[in-house]
Amino acid sequence: MDRSLIRQGVLDALLAIAPEVDTAALRDAQPLRDQVDLDSMDWLNVLLGVHRRFGVEIPESDYARLGTLAQIVDHVAARVG
Amino acid sequence: MIEFKLPSLGSDMDQGTLVQWCVQPGQPVKKGDVVAVVDTSKAAVDVEIWVDGTIQRLLATVGDKIPVGTPMALVLAPGEAAPTGGVEPAAAPVATPTPSARESVSVPSPGGTPARPAPSAPQATRARVTPAARQRAAQLHLAPDTLTGTGPDGAVTLDDVQRAARTARAAAPINPAATRAAEMRKAIAAAMARSKREIPHYYLREPIALRAALDWLHAFNAGRSITERLLPAALLLKAVARALPAAPRLNGHFVDGAFRAAPQAHVGVAISLRDGGLVAPALHDVGAKPLPQVMRELADLVQRARAGSLRSSEMSDPTITVTNLGEQSVESVLGVIYPPQVALVGFGRIDERPWVADGALTAMPSVVASLAADHRVSDGHVGAVFLARLRDVLQQPQQLEG
Repeated sequence: MDRSLIRQGVLDALLAIAPEVDTAALRDAQPLRDQVDLDSMDWLNVLLGVHRRFGVEIPESDYARLGTLAQIVDHVAARVG
Repeated sequence: MIEFKLPSLGSDMDQGTLVQWCVQPGQPVKKGDVVAVVDTSKAAVDVEIWVDGTIQRLLATVGDKIPVGTPMALVLAPGEAAPTGGVEPAAAPVATPTPSARESVSVPSPGGTPARPAPSAPQATRARVTPAARQRAAQLHLAPDTLTGTGPDGAVTLDDVQRAARTARAAAPINPAATRAAEMRKAIAAAMARSKREIPHYYLREPIALRAALDWLHAFNAGRSITERLLPAALLLKAVARALPAAPRLNGHFVDGAFRAAPQAHVGVAISLRDGGLVAPALHDVGAKPLPQVMRELADLVQRARAGSLRSSEMSDPTITVTNLGEQSVESVLGVIYPPQVALVGFGRIDERPWVADGALTAMPSVVASLAADHRVSDGHVGAVFLARLRDVLQQPQQLEG
């Protein structure tokens, strides 16, 4: 799947939880939770949104590593082919 | 005949605007059924009825601003016969200030024939309603029997229904986000000012080691899908409910100068809203539920709170509140109790901190738990016992699972 499509899907999942975010201003390499006010429930819901949109599993061992937009997109890209 | 009155929507809300009826006269209802939607500054609240019965008559109209405690509907108790035949005259000296409930109620007859009007209680007449008007009223969730009729013999016409709907819409305009946020701020301000004015708070803090709890959570989540993931917040909430029996004077309400202990722990969860503002609806009976269920219900509650859609029992039932300022945040929170509750438990940021265990320095994942409590009801010793029990419960996380 096209990387930019994946990126858009991840941003959609983010917007579903934090609709006020200006996605154009987000930096891919910086932790998302430093850029957007998200508590642990919000963050879980963002990743659940990614899981549902793309059908990819996000196991416990990976959960802590997925902090930036780039890392999440990479994770999805490696699993959807 | 039972008067169903608008229940409490939380200590800082004293009225709501009726947005929608979800039942109609003649409909049977069970305790817990949602009968109406009422708008407050914090949420559109689904109002649940607290009795079984049959709706006899709706007393409020869409758009009405209703103070808490006002009769909204008349409900026939199970087994009670509907008032038959002619109309009782309205009681002349009205003992209580609820005029709409004192009117005589006439039985709706299927053919729609009007009851004889009672001379001193014009609202008791069941006017004719034209078929078109009745259909439109049903679509708009209005009770046609309560509308003024301008047709022949005072019949309620389609025009009358549409005019009533327009008036209701004008009276209850869609709140733009800014107005709702401002009203919510006022409600929070009123509750917090009242709390600080009336409740002599005392405060206790206790750092709690969480290595055992987090290791257990990690192992629990390891084999499972992200959809079943448990967050530390769910564990902390359940631990509070399990520790409360050690300190019953922290769980309940202070009303009319006396403390009433609550039989169960319905934990209010402080949830911050994205446009500013705070709401703390109840998760019922947390201590008795398996942890996965607590997690699911917590996630659902947070989602509905942020969408502004809560149930009246969630607004009125908390017996204690927990505020968890979570990760990106401060070490501890010393909070303000929500009256008429008598305690507030706070959790700060879970983080690794220097800790001495078994005589050696270690980096311990830990959290600072705090308690704000009402000194009219409990003394420091009670609070200390609670925090000690909370600490102990969190060292045995496997006992919190089921």
